[in-house]
Amino acid sequence: MIAELGHFALVLAFAVALVQGTLPLLGAARRDATLVAVAPPAALVQLLLISIAFGALTHLYVVSDFSVANVAANSHQSKPLVYRISGVWGNHEGSLLLWVWILALFGAAVAAFGRNLPVLFKSRVLAIQALIGVGFLAFMLFTSNPFERLDPAPLEGRGLNPILQDPGLAMHPPMLYLGYVGFSTTFSFAIAGLLEGRIDPSWARWLRPWTLAAWTALTLGIALGSWWAYYELGWGGFWFWDPVENASFMPWLAGTALLHSAIVVEKRDTLKSWTILLAILTFALSLLGTFLVRSGVLTSVHAFASDPARGVFILALLVVAVGGALALYAWRAPSLQGGGMFAPVSREGALLLNNLLLASATATVLLGTLYPLALDVVGGPKISVGPPYFNATFVPLMIPLFLALPIGAVLAWKRADLVGAVQRLWLAAVLTVALSVGLVLVSDLELGLSLIGYGLGLWLILGSLADPLSRAALAGGGFGRFWRRLVGLPRASWAMVLAHAGLGVLVIGVTATSTGQSERILTMKPGETAEIAGYEVRFEGVREVRGPNWIARRGTFTVSRDGNFVTELASDKRFFVVEQRPTTEAGIHTTLLRDLYFVLGEPARDGAWTVRLYHNPLVVWIWGGAVLMALGGLLSLSDRRLRVGAPRPARVPAAMSAG
Amino acid sequence: MRLRKRQRLLLVVLVLLLGGGSAALVLAALGEKVSLFVSPSDLAARPLEPGKRLRLGGLVEPGSVTRGTDGEVRFAVTDGTHSVRVVYRGVLPDLFREGQGIVTQGQIDASGVFRASEVLAKHDETYMPKEVAEALKRSGHWKDGSTGAPK
Repeated sequence: MIAELGHFALVLAFAVALVQGTLPLLGAARRDATLVAVAPPAALVQLLLISIAFGALTHLYVVSDFSVANVAANSHQSKPLVYRISGVWGNHEGSLLLWVWILALFGAAVAAFGRNLPVLFKSRVLAIQALIGVGFLAFMLFTSNPFERLDPAPLEGRGLNPILQDPGLAMHPPMLYLGYVGFSTTFSFAIAGLLEGRIDPSWARWLRPWTLAAWTALTLGIALGSWWAYYELGWGGFWFWDPVENASFMPWLAGTALLHSAIVVEKRDTLKSWTILLAILTFALSLLGTFLVRSGVLTSVHAFASDPARGVFILALLVVAVGGALALYAWRAPSLQGGGMFAPVSREGALLLNNLLLASATATVLLGTLYPLALDVVGGPKISVGPPYFNATFVPLMIPLFLALPIGAVLAWKRADLVGAVQRLWLAAVLTVALSVGLVLVSDLELGLSLIGYGLGLWLILGSLADPLSRAALAGGGFGRFWRRLVGLPRASWAMVLAHAGLGVLVIGVTATSTGQSERILTMKPGETAEIAGYEVRFEGVREVRGPNWIARRGTFTVSRDGNFVTELASDKRFFVVEQRPTTEAGIHTTLLRDLYFVLGEPARDGAWTVRLYHNPLVVWIWGGAVLMALGGLLSLSDRRLRVGAPRPARVPAAMSAG
Repeated sequence: MRLRKRQRLLLVVLVLLLGGGSAALVLAALGEKVSLFVSPSDLAARPLEPGKRLRLGGLVEPGSVTRGTDGEVRFAVTDGTHSVRVVYRGVLPDLFREGQGIVTQGQIDASGVFRASEVLAKHDETYMPKEVAEALKRSGHWKDGSTGAPK
């Protein structure tokens, strides 16, 4: 009954999406206020219907209704409640339901919060949003119905892949999808803008909160995924350049470029066609990511299903959405009027450089991800493109980007003023060099890539902080005045500082972990000690423990340094009874400066065990940096100017009559 | 107007420089930094020069796994027709066992032994890496039912 209700709600949502995707467009073209007014309530109804479907599926999982094929294939009564719930999106059909639910969520959010949008524009945005929904709802209803019944119903379900039974992974897909799907709004804004033929600073202003929200969620989603891979996959790596990781990283890169280019449109009324193109491409990359992950063309832990019909459907969806958008772009973009002049040394010039570098970086990642597939399709040799490729192509593009970033951030709009930039940044530059030299002197750091990494990270942090500090200091006056000026800076400025400094923190973390990791692989008998990076590790032995739906052999280690107790760590080899699969849980001790990361391996001879010990310096900085960047995004979202500074009402009638 | 032209020229030069630079990086990397997927039969038929990055795929030959001290593992990867000896130092993935389809990343050394830097066994026990399945089909040792569809 509940399953049928959910299915029915999905069918209704499909019908509503069809209405919402067509009538408002027709109404906008004919200036028919009645048809246009359909859009906002339809968007809210759609959210309600898909929420009902989502609630229904969640209910089926919670009560373990195995007469539903999806639940039977992916759940089990012995699973803890939280993983029965997260199991809803731990499979192909359920994750698609999450996808369309978030799509509807963003549509409803535009309907509810986009009060400052002109009526025609808003209805067009909502219509495009609904058309994307039509495609994905059809995909669900025709190829991947989560509510399909199973007859006869099995007594027990098949369980969920144990590595997905994890708190980090319960949160990772929803966050990632908020980002992925959030870029659907920027896509809809771009198409609606093209349809109206009016792209101007106010358009960029409307776009900004949606880009920021999607970007923030995507940043957190990727960070969560990387953190999960780090502690769950058991080899201490944080990023593998796996095609599926790349699939989420490409929209992030393009979205970051979009975030910056939209500022140029907002402030200088130029770079419009490029920004529109970026908005389309960012969502296209999100769709491509969905295609790569969902179609099964990639072999990866993430590839749940590989039904050729599904792959073809998503590919068709991708071609129609992106092809249609690009055709519209080709037709309409030439009529967009460019704005003012463009001095090479200026804020807009720097943002352009940012965009060029980010776009090139996206392209190299895209090539590396698709090249093996393309080669396979034309019958070439089977190859795999891994970290060496990306280190050789992606990293060199980031170096000039990071070097230029703090400089670009202090440049003024329009006019070239390098002297001012030097005035604000010389201290940060001197400090960066001094600290880097100091680092080489006090540690056994070798000259080379790691030094470049640390230097760039320091430069990003110091250079970003230098701007507000020097702005407040250059005004003169005592400390009280300095402090007031500092606090008085707009939130958006602080947001920028936070995000850029967060990037610096991340760069330092990545550098430290990739170049300074110590690893020891050895066999240890209970009672034996080993040494890693100055810590003495005593292997206490292995015992059996039981979890809710697994049994495990747990190895414990006591860690001390110079005779002082530091911590006790346990690493499990878990065996999930239902799924008949083993997993490894690393024992991790985290401080701001380093992670100790121990993994229990297999039994070796004479009661000894293979163990792997890692010392990962500054690894937590990677996720800390990403969180700082996301906080920057949130802070910028909260800036009053963003909410209040929308176009004055006087402009709305003008928008109504405009093309 | 002349100023605008000069700016446009500057932009074009910058784009060409960046585009050309990244294209050069990509081409160089695609030539050297990718690994070729090979099966044991491929290696037997056409020995590759030592030191080239390879991904070797096949089944872990039953009875071939021996564990040395300090985490060194020796085993053979077979596709039913030929097999290659592999040496790996490190903790094996959870799903590594004899008869399991695996992919290892590494290089052939001068004595013809494959030195693996990474061993991958996919996280689904019924799952067979696509490349391995195809290699097995080519060598005629593919049994339907020995693998399920990846889930």
